[in-house]
Amino acid sequence: MQNQPLALINARLIDPAAGTETRGGVFIEDGVIRDAGARVTKAEVGSRTLVVDCGGDVVCPGLIDMRVFVGEPGAEHRETIATVSAAAAAGGVTTIVALPDTSPPVDDPAVVDFLLRRARDTARVRVLPSAAITKGLRGLEIAEIGLLREAGAIAFTDGFKSIRNAQVMRRALTYARDFDALIIHYAEDADLAGTGVMNAGELATRLGLGGIPAEAESIMLDRDLRLAGMTGARYHAALVSTRQGLAALAASKAAGLPVTCGVSINHLTLNENDIGDYRTFFKLAPPLRGEDERLALVEALASGLIDVIVSDHNPQDVDTKRLPFGEAEAGAIGLETMLAAGLRLVHAGHVPLPRLLAAMTTGPADILRLPQGRLAAGAPADIIRFDPDEPFLVDPAKLHSRSKNTPFDEARLQGRVKLTVVAGEVVWE
Amino acid sequence: MALPQTPAPFPHRHLLGIEGLSAGDITGLLDQADDAVVHSRQIDKKRNVLRGRTQINLFFEASTRTQASFEIAGKRLGADVMNMAVANSSVKKGETLVDTAVTLNAMRPDILIVRHHQSGAVDLLAQKVDCRVVNAGDGSHEHPTQALLDALTIRRRKGRIEGLTVAICGDVAHSRVARSNIILLNALGARVRVIAPSTLLPSGIEAMGVEVFRDMRKGLEGADIVMMLRLQLERMSGAFVPSLREYARFYGLDAEKLGFAKADALVMHPGPMNRGVEIDSAVADGPRSLISEQVEMGVAVRMAVLEALAGGLPNAA
Repeated sequence: MQNQPLALINARLIDPAAGTETRGGVFIEDGVIRDAGARVTKAEVGSRTLVVDCGGDVVCPGLIDMRVFVGEPGAEHRETIATVSAAAAAGGVTTIVALPDTSPPVDDPAVVDFLLRRARDTARVRVLPSAAITKGLRGLEIAEIGLLREAGAIAFTDGFKSIRNAQVMRRALTYARDFDALIIHYAEDADLAGTGVMNAGELATRLGLGGIPAEAESIMLDRDLRLAGMTGARYHAALVSTRQGLAALAASKAAGLPVTCGVSINHLTLNENDIGDYRTFFKLAPPLRGEDERLALVEALASGLIDVIVSDHNPQDVDTKRLPFGEAEAGAIGLETMLAAGLRLVHAGHVPLPRLLAAMTTGPADILRLPQGRLAAGAPADIIRFDPDEPFLVDPAKLHSRSKNTPFDEARLQGRVKLTVVAGEVVWE
Repeated sequence: MALPQTPAPFPHRHLLGIEGLSAGDITGLLDQADDAVVHSRQIDKKRNVLRGRTQINLFFEASTRTQASFEIAGKRLGADVMNMAVANSSVKKGETLVDTAVTLNAMRPDILIVRHHQSGAVDLLAQKVDCRVVNAGDGSHEHPTQALLDALTIRRRKGRIEGLTVAICGDVAHSRVARSNIILLNALGARVRVIAPSTLLPSGIEAMGVEVFRDMRKGLEGADIVMMLRLQLERMSGAFVPSLREYARFYGLDAEKLGFAKADALVMHPGPMNRGVEIDSAVADGPRSLISEQVEMGVAVRMAVLEALAGGLPNAA
């Protein structure tokens, strides 16, 4: 059985891979893009095709989110693959990379297999499991990188944890290189972060909360980048939040190392002042930093130093968030608001739209070596349509995630996703 | 010019911190506390301002003197006071904090006095209850009644706060007493200094309006008030400072160091003291010590706070 071909016409086509923006359409058949460009019009696609007139809306590749906590296995009360993928579809995210910090953690090929099967049966979007770098995410012994990769792990990361021991990290990078495996690391020196719960500085002092200095990130990142240079492994810094971290990455990139970095949408659009009177929805890891750091991140996004934007989707329920700030869990949901929050930077004139989209599509696709994330003929038909100017109010009750811990609660955003297509099938409209 | 007979009503629902209070709010409370001192020195100390009202002292962190002070203050005003000591071990973190708040709220208390080891916990609890809430100390954030009682003590001895130089000395990083005092003293126009080793100074403290000193003798020069902070001994064995004896040597207040302050400088301490560590017994028990007076003023200030908040209660007389 073949699906009816689909054509999205009369659209503002943005292909971040080619860096082009044209008026035209996308023609989809058998789950792949057959053609894209000004040629694709209603007259061209034939009568058998389902035609959607986009009325000048943006049509671009579906978003790829490299950092999502999917809840399965073990935290189904916070999220499931069904709910997380519904949230992703509604947010225009067509591929998600699942974090391994589950229970049990993804450190065994059987768990990778479980995730792939659950995704096949319950997900609306593509779910790619990442696997642990170290057994049990304990940071002590290397996990079975070769077997996990064979089972289908797209990359290796200890998720929310940082590997403390430099020798372990060195061996992991060295070993991963043999398999050409990508290592993704959350860089934070646990000792220096200590009991801190927010960015170190005047605000933390006023609130009487323990601070995490920028150096907790940059010292760990410096170590990692030196080890990446030493081993030649592919290294991706999961979340950069400081100018010091950016400087270290810029130097390594200039030296030609195969290193890349991501930033969370929260750190691009929020700062520590949003914590206000101990609002735990703004407790994140790494912590939200000062406005000067945020502006530096935006600049690094615009310049291309930052390769990837992630939602860092981390569903937390009331029991883990309705606590004193120091005891609350870190993390925020973000799949459904990532694009619209990112468009704030476009509307403010800080980042061009194609560049923003590149960091959510081509950027992660290149790092993960995925064929999607582009509008080329032959690419998987993962496509979204949105009007970047359409305003809406974020209503947590209407979000699809099982948890409601959004820092954009009641925020006015622009750019709701109208249509999401995965492998040629409409999964959201 | 005649003074107004009745003070302006206290314009806040709760007392969660000194932050957010105006200079007028603060002096209003201090004036009311002066009256409470008079009452407290009478044979018949009982008043009926809070008659029929229920006050619950909810202490998630052990305390003897603060809890006793609030209890006496409430009883002197005629409230029914109940002490709830929530043993830390039985508290399953904040889950119970909100649950406890909701449960207690259902018992319809009028005033809750709350102490908690987490900064911001009292704010959180205040969002979940209908009654008035007084912060009796939250983590390293604020301890507003301590700052008020310190201000009352200073004002009664020195006649003013504006223009005085106050040196706060010790573990500023972890001290809610220091934060509340810095905010209050600045609001009333004092010059505030902090004296501590850098490991006990939080980052950005200068932005709170203080002059920072690492050398105690220099920091004490010209000070009118020397306010010592209590040390938590577990922090003093290598984590923040190398040893107690080293700390006592450089930051302990003794007669010699006090000699650098003004000749009429007075010494304060929120208690309980670590004698021989942050303060020498000769100074603590000496003629320039206000430490016992602070305890007396504590009851008066808490009476003033309870009375001020009670004025805003539904069906208040």
